[in-house]
Amino acid sequence: MLIFERSSPGRHSRSQLAHSDVALAPLPERFLRKTPPALPEVSELQAVRHYTRLSQKNFSVDTHFYPLGSCTMKYNPRICNTLASLPGFSGRHPAAPASHSQGVLACLYELQEYLKEMTGMAAVTLAPMAGAQGEFTGVAMIRAYHEERGDFGRREILIPDAAHGTNPASAVMCGYKVREIPTAANGDLDVDALAAVVGPETAGIMLTNPSTLGLFERQIVKIAKLIHDAGGLLYYDGANLNALLGKVRPGDMGFDVVHINVHKTFASPHGGGGPGAGPVGVSERLQPFLPVPLASYDGVSYAWEEEDEHPQSIGRLSAFGGNIGVLLRTYIYARILGREGLARVSEYAALNANYLAVRLQEAGFTLAYPKRRASHEFILTMKKEAREHGATAMDFAKRLLDYGYHAPTTYFPMLVPECLLIEPTETESKAELDGFVEAMIKIAGEAKDRIQYLKGAPYDQPVRRLDDVRAARNLDLAWKSDSEVS
Amino acid sequence: MPYIPHTEAESAAMLAAIGVSSTEELFDEIPAELRVGELAAMPAALNEIEIAHLMEGRAAQDAIGSCFLGAGAYDHHIPAAVWEIVGRGEFYSAYTPYQAEASQGTLQLIYEYQSMMTALTAMDVANASLYDGASALAEAVLMAVRLNRKSASRRVLFPTTVHPRYRQVVQSLVGNQGIKLVDLPYDESGRVDPAALAYGESDCAALVISQPNFFGALEEVDELTNKAHANGLLVIAVVNPVALAILKPPGEWGETGADIVCGEGQPLGIPLSSGGPYFGFMACRQAHVRQMPGRIVGRTEDLDGKTGFTLTLQAREQHIRRSKATSNICTNQGLMVTAATISMAILGPEGLAAKATACHANTAALKATLTALDGVELVFEAPFFHEFVIRLAAPVAEILPALAGQNILAGLDLGNDYPELKNCLLVCATEKRTTSEIDAYVRSLKQLL
Repeated sequence: MLIFERSSPGRHSRSQLAHSDVALAPLPERFLRKTPPALPEVSELQAVRHYTRLSQKNFSVDTHFYPLGSCTMKYNPRICNTLASLPGFSGRHPAAPASHSQGVLACLYELQEYLKEMTGMAAVTLAPMAGAQGEFTGVAMIRAYHEERGDFGRREILIPDAAHGTNPASAVMCGYKVREIPTAANGDLDVDALAAVVGPETAGIMLTNPSTLGLFERQIVKIAKLIHDAGGLLYYDGANLNALLGKVRPGDMGFDVVHINVHKTFASPHGGGGPGAGPVGVSERLQPFLPVPLASYDGVSYAWEEEDEHPQSIGRLSAFGGNIGVLLRTYIYARILGREGLARVSEYAALNANYLAVRLQEAGFTLAYPKRRASHEFILTMKKEAREHGATAMDFAKRLLDYGYHAPTTYFPMLVPECLLIEPTETESKAELDGFVEAMIKIAGEAKDRIQYLKGAPYDQPVRRLDDVRAARNLDLAWKSDSEVS
Repeated sequence: MPYIPHTEAESAAMLAAIGVSSTEELFDEIPAELRVGELAAMPAALNEIEIAHLMEGRAAQDAIGSCFLGAGAYDHHIPAAVWEIVGRGEFYSAYTPYQAEASQGTLQLIYEYQSMMTALTAMDVANASLYDGASALAEAVLMAVRLNRKSASRRVLFPTTVHPRYRQVVQSLVGNQGIKLVDLPYDESGRVDPAALAYGESDCAALVISQPNFFGALEEVDELTNKAHANGLLVIAVVNPVALAILKPPGEWGETGADIVCGEGQPLGIPLSSGGPYFGFMACRQAHVRQMPGRIVGRTEDLDGKTGFTLTLQAREQHIRRSKATSNICTNQGLMVTAATISMAILGPEGLAAKATACHANTAALKATLTALDGVELVFEAPFFHEFVIRLAAPVAEILPALAGQNILAGLDLGNDYPELKNCLLVCATEKRTTSEIDAYVRSLKQLL
């Protein structure tokens, strides 16, 4: 039932009605709306109950194991939310003067410093509001760098075929053409194919390492040299940084620019689709082009630096300073991990991924890259199950929901047929992983014995499989009151 | 170990199952020369007590004060129930609802949000959110340029009464695609003069109209919309969602209404939080929905004919279309939309209108008392919503810190963005400002002038 269907004309919560002690000067008629907007008219309890019940129709990290590959669904520590929501932080206006901003600026400045250290880069901006905006920022700086040198011939960004869709989309938003680079059979980038296309048109390459196949790119030093020798720059997509935190730094691998998804690696909540934040680190040669504002410290007090101090900046990405509330959660998480906690994240993420991969392989499932070491995630291919029984990756994904596990990422990366991309993260226990393996074994049994039943899954969710074709053909994107429909 | 549950015995059993002797071996594919030792610049780990002390101290440094700052972020009351529910783990720690059956809560909520935004704006469809108001405007500009095939122009008319930060963001985000923003100046009332619209419009794809505009003034939206449409331009409306409870919705501007509507969602229940996270909203006509960026939820049926909700029209998006997508956006501002939806449901049309009306009344009262002071001059005579511009007879650069010293955030200095508005302040009073706060502001300013 929709909240609109609980609505009754004239009902409202009196305690929520604002009033002013002063008389109102009426506005001219031509500026005013004629009829009130069709928002629901419900009591506060009706609203609270409705949305509490809706929340109960969700899977979440707090309620379920959520091994969604490439999304790093780790525990979001509650303390980060509690402290970032303190009144001094949540109530601060973005244009408040420096005298009223030293606390938040100190956190942001220190976070910039920590991220520099963790990524091995010369400078960091916290301005991008999500990973994809971080990608845009990085590629825009690559473009600004080439153009500043008078090099206008570089029109292409190279991107592996296994990359996230945001990579090519971000490159296009920066005015670049995209050229795809194939993956070799062993899961590494096809370096020969890369060498054949790299040249004076190459502005740069965007790489995820470990790749979206869950494999460390072993040729990275060679790739970096190839690109740099041709005058291009290397972009590091930090989607999979959880695999390397405190072990390997993008800067040391030769990358010139890196974005970090704090809602993945740094445990800020995914919130049903955001907000995230996408800090970007750069090597010295890209530093002049960083977006504004940047948090600064002169030894006495903290301040924002704006375009006046950074005349070559690619500009501004948000009306204010980015998703600062998210960045405070990141800062708090980083302080709790501390120096000694960083590497433990990647160690236990790798331990969990490799353990789960081995257990599933022993149970008869097919690893897409059995000869490779898993990073923090790995891919199963359900090709055999699909061929022998007609049980697809999607069937496994849907049935897992009934067993109380969120589905892994399905059908991405696209170059592995019938794939499940599985990322357990370091915050899951052995018992949880063992339970997941048991569920997969049961589903494999159902694939053999009850395939029609399996294909009808899920059964125990608020809805069964939805008609996506109908959703796209008969678009119903907003509730309309009957009077509006007729 | 923070947030890592493994006991030593479990770790040992897991390593044995993998067939390695230590976690170190799991990194054996990585060339040794790339490995890094302990990161000395990182501080030592803190426990919850220690981090709480640190953060409580820092939060206390940022005194909130009496806030008469607006300029795109507004200090509204948020119903207590809103963030109590938003903070539930089922909303807070879920991800993008790609597995629809396990995400019906988030999906239905987004559908309800889309419905509320179409009601507020009087448009047909709305998306599930963009990052913020400024980046939403950038996406609207890109969308308008894609849509206006008739003009095929890559120029957009951009009044100087639109938030100057929005202009900078749009420039950063669309400049690399060869799109040019053409200035449209303001008149002595601080608004776009519809008569001035003859300027360069013939080769532009769209006109941006901000209602209210950056100075708080109400633009003549009907006339502007009609003129733009008569000249083949699309109209992009940038609106304040709280104001829409009482102001004419963009879908009803002029003869046929605006074509694309966007804006900053923060006033709908999002804390000020230093400027983010907020959320950008966007709405448009049904006919244009396939050019709209961002996630969209549709209502459909399941195998048993039961109503359900799912992400739809995904062929517009980067994870399907890659380099041909309408935008690179992936993660949006889902949790902020959750707050806005619950907030709108609790307030209803009456609560939202009461909020808007109280803002206007408080601002009118502040304006009347401030402009009665010697040394304070009203800069623009125009109908306004909840902001206005005054010029001070004394240097703003000295007045603002003096008032901040008394914990009064007196307004935004306009001199940096508008050199002609030296010593001018943009001032706002939301429904939260009390008569005694307004009196204190006026009294303190009087002493300084």
